[in-house]
Formats: sequence, structure tokens, C-alpha cells
Amino acid sequence: MGSKVLVLTIVCMWISILSQTVHGQDETVLDRLGIDVHGFLDMRGGIRTQDDPYERDTSLAEVRMQVDMSKISDVATLQVRADFLYDDVPEDRDIDLEDGTGEIDLRGANVLFSPFSIVDMKVGRQILTWGTGDLLFINDLFPKDWQSFFVGRDEEYLKAPSDAVFVSLFPAFANIDVAYTPRFDADRYISGERLSFWDPMGGSRSGRENMVHGDKPDGWFEDDEISIRVYRHMAGCELALYGYNGFWKSPKGMDRQTENATFPRLWAYGASLQGPLGSGLLSLEAGHYVSDEDESGKDPFVPNSELRLLAGYEREVAKNLTAKFQYYLEYMQDYGHYKASLEAGQKARDEDRHVLTLRLTKLVLNQNMTLSFFAYFSPSDEDAYLRPMIKYKVTDSWLVMAGGNVFTGKEDHTFFGQFEKNTNVYAAVRYSF
Amino acid sequence: MSNKIQSFLVTALWICIATVVFAQEPGVDEIIRKANDASYYAGRDGRADVKMSIADKKGSTRVREFSILRLNAQGKDQKFYVYFKAPADVRKMAYLVWKNAGKDDDRWLWLPALNLVKRIAPGDKRTSFVGSDFLYEDVSGRGIEEDDHVLVKTTDSEYVIKSTPKDAQSVEFSHYNIWIDKTTFLPLKAEYYDKNGKLYRSVEAKTVETIQGYPTVTEAVASDLKAGSSTKNVFSNIEYDIGLKERIFTERFLRRPPREVTR
Repeated sequence: MGSKVLVLTIVCMWISILSQTVHGQDETVLDRLGIDVHGFLDMRGGIRTQDDPYERDTSLAEVRMQVDMSKISDVATLQVRADFLYDDVPEDRDIDLEDGTGEIDLRGANVLFSPFSIVDMKVGRQILTWGTGDLLFINDLFPKDWQSFFVGRDEEYLKAPSDAVFVSLFPAFANIDVAYTPRFDADRYISGERLSFWDPMGGSRSGRENMVHGDKPDGWFEDDEISIRVYRHMAGCELALYGYNGFWKSPKGMDRQTENATFPRLWAYGASLQGPLGSGLLSLEAGHYVSDEDESGKDPFVPNSELRLLAGYEREVAKNLTAKFQYYLEYMQDYGHYKASLEAGQKARDEDRHVLTLRLTKLVLNQNMTLSFFAYFSPSDEDAYLRPMIKYKVTDSWLVMAGGNVFTGKEDHTFFGQFEKNTNVYAAVRYSF
Repeated sequence: MSNKIQSFLVTALWICIATVVFAQEPGVDEIIRKANDASYYAGRDGRADVKMSIADKKGSTRVREFSILRLNAQGKDQKFYVYFKAPADVRKMAYLVWKNAGKDDDRWLWLPALNLVKRIAPGDKRTSFVGSDFLYEDVSGRGIEEDDHVLVKTTDSEYVIKSTPKDAQSVEFSHYNIWIDKTTFLPLKAEYYDKNGKLYRSVEAKTVETIQGYPTVTEAVASDLKAGSSTKNVFSNIEYDIGLKERIFTERFLRRPPREVTR
């Protein structure tokens, strides 16, 4: 507790010192150095709306200061974005910049430059995102932070940072992006620390008392990941092809001997198309996940290969009201082998998992208030996850928001149904500078 | 003189007279076309810094600051790049628009927190631009073929035109009047009347300067008379014909904002 408060205090002092006008002149020290500093101070809290025997009642209780510094020069742009976090919910953890635990979460530390006229490079810690899905990901195999997403942090925190080299090439025929991550960056997965989940081995819900510790492949250059996207704009549409070689991002495998969760090898490829249709925007995306370590699907400790499809349509339905609808399918290959490999009493997932999503966004009060509703609904799993939210910009600097994360499901073991005990509501105040 | 030559000369004479007569004052379509060109198509390209102060009826103000790049593409198509500087929560967000004359725009949003270029669905152009009293259509331009234009008055300095929408359902106004300066062809004032015939909105050019030979509005005010709010736009660091390349208006430069907007 002491170190958390100390970190926060030091940072506040440092920022205010740097912002002080240099004696006798109009410029601040930062202006002189050509460094641009902005950020925010965010306080948020949330509670569960029902009892969860595996977790605390408080789902969220934190004060976060984000400081974003950048220096733009003719040659390169440097950026450092760090979050200083006082988080009351988990037990004290050491600062781990890779996992984002502890008082400092380094969100970005990179340099962007252009070594040749048709090449841009961004090297270092950065958030990587691509693909056409709205809160659904097929060809975006960059790390995600599911804990932050389910617990009421800002949607920005669904994406976890990658330590990577991102190269963009711009030949005439298409644009090519290559993201090379020298050491595997896993998802910030549900470990049970903040959210209870279904433990397939134990056949019941689980949480803090039985947390998941994944065996992360951590060899530099040995356990690396590479993601590629080739895209082109033609006839008003964007067509893209994707490739990925690395690992399953969440620990979906298991080591028989140690009984630890593992990240089996994965390679994936896919395509997407996005373009206008009628008065709206159509998105189509498909991907094939090939589970390298178990191509036949017979190994119960390695996830099977899958086909994933997504079709989405977004349209303005009334003034300041936009709606986006998506249909998503996960199809498991070698389903017969999967079912045969299950142990007695283990719950099976469906061969086809269908998910529908709807997003409604309404802007009112001169676009100063946003009413947002996002729902996932699976007719095959018979479960749902709802994300209602209201955000109001009180002034140019102050923002208040409130929302909920509602999980409901017929069964306890389906993807959203398993989180039923985590349904929570939250509120936040943010000051931006 | 033979009959043929005679009738030819008479016709030629009438043509000359007609040309002289019609050359005195341009027709309404020509006025509107020139006004549209002067407002939205000046130069081959342009940039400006914009400071938008939005005041509500209680007097509290919100400020939006952004830089805008514009490029005239083929025909009446244009490309816009808007880079936000203030307030802090939208800083470094960018908005890319490919305006396709007669069709929907292609629009993209750059979200720096996610490093994501997001394509967004085209929206109603008569929606407020970033919460101000200026509409998206005021920034990108309204197609001149969308309304019927009638010249109602000509003064020493201005043309006054009444425009009525061809598709009354698609807009919230019944008609609007514009005052266009005779020398610069810049619209100096526009007044909008609602479906009941009541004046509910006005847009005025408060200051006009000549920059690089192009008459330019450097201060404009849009007022919502129903809500009692108004927005003042101040344009500065205006430059024309800076040689912007079309490739700047692509995803690459959303990820790596060009110097023309960041400085």
C-alpha cells in the first residue's frame, strides 16, 4: 500500500515540476525540450450485484494516472505512455511490465520512423490492432486484456500492449504490415484473480483459491510471433489478407504431467472485406486457426483447429444514433475426436458456436453525452453479455461515466454463462490534461 | 442582300445582343456554382488551423481545436484530413474523409489509444460536427444540385438567393436564404427556416481576408436560435497550394500524421 501511494505522489510532483514555467520565460521545461505531455487522472469503482463465493464483492477500485509523452521531430516520433495505478482489488503484486501488474503499466514506449520512402517502422512497446470486428476478433491475434474488459475499465484497456517491431511497406500494388514480436505476448487472461470462471477439469466455477497460472513460452526469438496483413483499397472497399504464426493467446492447453495451463502453438490465416452497402458499412471476415500441436483433434489437452466467420453491418438509423449488428461463428473441426477425448462428466462445447452482437450508440446534449449499449448473445450457448454505458463530458476536462457488465446464461460452463457471478456495475470520474 | 444573308445577320445580331444582356449579371446557377467554388474549392489544396468555441445558452464554453487539410481530387471530389488538438480527450484523433460528389463519403477515424484506423459508416451530413452548431455539411459542402435556387434580389454588393431542397424529407429546413458577395462570390450569411417557416438557424462570415489571392473567411459564427447556442470558428495559419500529395489522405498518414497538421 505504501509503495503505491509513494509512486503516485512522486509522479504528481514530477509532472507539476516539469510544468512550472521556467523562471522569467513563457515556455515550460517541456516546451523547451519539444516534448508534448498529456494524460488523464481516472478514478473508478465497481461492485458485484450478486454474491460470488470465489471473489471479493468489489470488482473495481482504482486511481489511475496516464501520462502520454511524445516528441515529434523530422526524423522520428518518440512516444512513452505509462499508467500509474493504485489498484485496491488484487492482492499486492510486484511490478511486472510484461503482465501489467503492480503500480506501473507501461502502455507504450516506441519510436516511429521512416527508413525509406515506402517503409514506416514502429519499434518498441505499442498497442496493435487490426481486423473489422467490433469487440470480436478473428485475425487480430494481438494480446487482449479480458480482465479489464469484463470488470469495467475503459474499452481502450481491452487491448494489451505488445513488445514488437511493426513494419509497414507501401509498394504500389498493396500495403503490407508485418508485426514481429520476439517474445510471445499472451493475453491478460482470466486467471481467477478478479473474475470467477468455469474450470473444466474441476467441473465447477473457480476463482481466487484456484487461480490459473499459464506456462508462458518465454524464449527470446525462440518463442516468437509474427503477424502479417496485406491490404488494398479498391472500388470503395478494403480487402485484406492475414497470417499469423505463434501460440494460442489464452492458456487453452494443459500439460498432462504438471497439470499447468499451456499455450499451444497456433498458426492462422484469413481475409476480410469492408465496404459501403446501401447507406451503411458492410464487414466480412474469416479465419482458419490451425492448432499445430494437434492437427487431428485427438489430443484432449490441446484445443482443436477452428474456422471463424464474421459478418457485420453498421448504419446510422436516426440522427446521432448508430447501430451495428454482427453475426459470428466458431466452428470446431474434428468435433468427433474432441467429444471422444472428453473425460466422463466433462461438459462439451458445441461444434458450432453462434454469436450475435448489437451495438447502439446515441449522442445527445450537443454530443456531450454518449449512451452506449453493446450486447453479445449466443443462441446456441443460450448465454449473453451486456455492456450498457453512459458517458457525460461535464466540461472539456471532466468526464463522468457509469455502466454495467451483465453476464447471464442457462448453463454454467458456456463462454459468457460461466461469468454469471461477476455481473457488476461501475462508475468513474476522469480529468484529462 | 440575299434573304439568307439577311436572316443570318439578324440572327447574329440577336445573339450579340443576348450575350451582352446576359453578360451584365450572371444567372443564379452560375452564382451558386461560383459561390460553392469560392467557399470549398479555392486553390488546388489548402490547410488551416481552426479554433471552435461553442457557447451554450447559459454562457459556458467548450473549445475544439483542430487542423484541417483539404485536397481537390478528380471532378468535384475532395479529400479532407482533420487532426484534433483539443480538448485533451480527443487529442491526436484524426478523421479522414474522401468526399465523393453525388454519393456517400468514405470516412475513417484514427483512434490513437488503440492504434486503430476504423472505417465508419457514412452519416447524415446534417448532423452536428463535433458537437458544435456547425454541421458536417457546413464543413464539407452541400451539393449545389440538391436545391432549387432562385435569385430574389440583387443589391450593389450582394446577390440574395432563396434555395429550396428538392427532397424536402431529407432535411430539417423548408428553405434557406443566402447573401453572396458580388466581388468575391463568398456567401456572407445564410438563414435557415424550419418547416413552419420560422427562422431557426443562421451562419455568418464575420471576417473575410484575402490570402494568396483567394478571398477567405477567417471568422464565422453559426447560431442555433432555438437552443440559444452559438459556435464561433476562427481560422488561422491558412495556406493554399502547398502541394499536398493525394497519398497523405490514406491510412499510412493517419498512423504517421504529416507535418502539415502536427506543427
